[in-house]
Amino acid sequence: MSTPTTHTDEFIKGLWRDNPVFIQVLGMCPALAVSNTAMNALTMGLATSFVLLMSGLSVSALARFIPREARIVCYICIIASFVTTVDYAIMAISLELHKSLGAFISLIVVNCLILGRSEAFASKNSMGRAAADALGMGVGFTAALLSIGMVREILGAGTLFNVELFPEGYQTWTVMVLPSGGFFAMAVWLLVVNAIKQRQETAARLKEEAS
Amino acid sequence: MTAPAVETRPATSVWSMYRAIVGIGLACALLIVAVFQGTADRIRQNQAEALKKALAEVLPQATSVLAVVDDGGSLVPREGADLPVFLGYDENGRLIGAAITGIGMGYQDNIRVLYAYSFAEEAITGFKVLESKETPGLGDKIEVEPHFVANFEALDVRLNPDGSALANALVTVGEGEKQSPWELDGITGATITSVAIGDILNGSAQQWVPLLNRYRDQYAMRPEAPPASEEGS
Amino acid sequence: MSDVSHWSIFINAALINNFVLAYFLGICPFFGVSSKVETAIRMGGAVCFVMLVASVCAFSINKILIWIDAPYLRLISYILVIASTVQLVEMILRKLSPGTFRALGIFLPLITTNCAILGLALFQTNKGYGFSQCVVYALGAGVGFTIALVLMAGVREKLELAEVPDLAKGTAVALIVAGILSMGFMGFAGLGA
Repeated sequence: MSTPTTHTDEFIKGLWRDNPVFIQVLGMCPALAVSNTAMNALTMGLATSFVLLMSGLSVSALARFIPREARIVCYICIIASFVTTVDYAIMAISLELHKSLGAFISLIVVNCLILGRSEAFASKNSMGRAAADALGMGVGFTAALLSIGMVREILGAGTLFNVELFPEGYQTWTVMVLPSGGFFAMAVWLLVVNAIKQRQETAARLKEEAS
Repeated sequence: MTAPAVETRPATSVWSMYRAIVGIGLACALLIVAVFQGTADRIRQNQAEALKKALAEVLPQATSVLAVVDDGGSLVPREGADLPVFLGYDENGRLIGAAITGIGMGYQDNIRVLYAYSFAEEAITGFKVLESKETPGLGDKIEVEPHFVANFEALDVRLNPDGSALANALVTVGEGEKQSPWELDGITGATITSVAIGDILNGSAQQWVPLLNRYRDQYAMRPEAPPASEEGS
Repeated sequence: MSDVSHWSIFINAALINNFVLAYFLGICPFFGVSSKVETAIRMGGAVCFVMLVASVCAFSINKILIWIDAPYLRLISYILVIASTVQLVEMILRKLSPGTFRALGIFLPLITTNCAILGLALFQTNKGYGFSQCVVYALGAGVGFTIALVLMAGVREKLELAEVPDLAKGTAVALIVAGILSMGFMGFAGLGA
């Protein structure tokens, strides 16, 4: 990290190498709770990304004015305001969507991902880089949520974004839309990610040994 | 972990801490209030629309409604109750029925329902689940299962002779065992949920149907241009 | 809404809609702390305590906010007031009862920012509970949290002796265990009716 990384690098790392859900295992609460349909997962992902981006930008811009002793209070204040904003925005867009996400929109405040990025990254980097980092993390988070949500909706309800996928007579795996399905879907994705990572590491090691 | 630039700074003065916290607090409050003001109209409109849709479903004959509450045994017009109740009027302004919200414990969590009471038929004539977390594929059949929905074509809620309670308590029976018009035909595989619906309706109807009938004459015609009825109508 | 019985609220919060296994709240300590039964019990005690404090706080704040007609400040005031109250209680506890503090204290800062606490505050507001109902709800949620934590810790103690494939070690296998526990808890549904 001694050489200055470009904005693109900051963005890319959130997608895979430091993916918040699958690699860092942060923000699991929303990842499991509202991923019972792809639509809910997508909304939650976008809402979280927005809060991440805005609080990242604000924290980065205000970092000089915030004394170290009071930083957590200030960060929480900032994050809570943006979450309230998102909450009202979703209510204005669609009440139905707001009802299906329920209190979990408000719970974005305590998503460790956001406070973590504000504290560890945004507070000591320029606004541009903070934005790139937040966007990367947001996209990575949304993608992870969406992948869990898609699996759960396809298996559990036989639909994807409310479009019927299977011919009549498909026996839905009801358990997948229930809470336990969230744990299972996430576990399976973790296995897949671990397998890919392991394969990459082996390949890298072999290459190193060869050279 | 923390930024080196910050750590080299001398101990922060109390003033700068106040400045930061109060400044950020003010900015945040401003932001929240601005957003709240900006979206308030839109949200109110959405809520009114959702209410209108739900009312149109259970009480389609009504062209305008009046929100009422049970104020210690008397019926008074008021908006914004926890469990709203609406009197429904037809296009001539005559009272035809009421849409009543009920709530109770289901299989997983509270179930919130809206049902319609018709004065002419002395029966529950419409039913809609507003909120439930029942098991998909089992408990949520209460909204789609044809024979269960058929219960609400005319579910008898006639009053007893002195008008203080229902003549026959609403009760859920086993699937296919419905004998009397006040029994609900249950769903096999969703017993607890269908029994819960029976209990919710019975509890709510025992309170509201006698009350509505006592005040039927007083509210027989729609009050002239009441501000309350505009929003939901 | 306020006529739901206390027993039903308690069962609902503790078992049917268990905070960890049905709402996924407080998952981080669930996976992080729950590898020893004894630690899990102490952590559970601390959570029950903080939940009670938070529930009472949230109830009062909500009353004040309704009174001054500013519902939009709910989220921000909940989180700030709950966090500072827990800090205050922590300080008082340290002075008055060092023994209790040693048993529960190290967990308190960890719990304050836990989503289960804010979740509890928000859910009780959404459900419109009265004061005594809030207290019962908080107790139920705390007990449910402890049950889930202790069960998980028990399983994990045994799991250390089992052969787990390399791929599944750590979080993945913990998730599968949690999924099975959650399925087991589905059997409690219907108790509160």
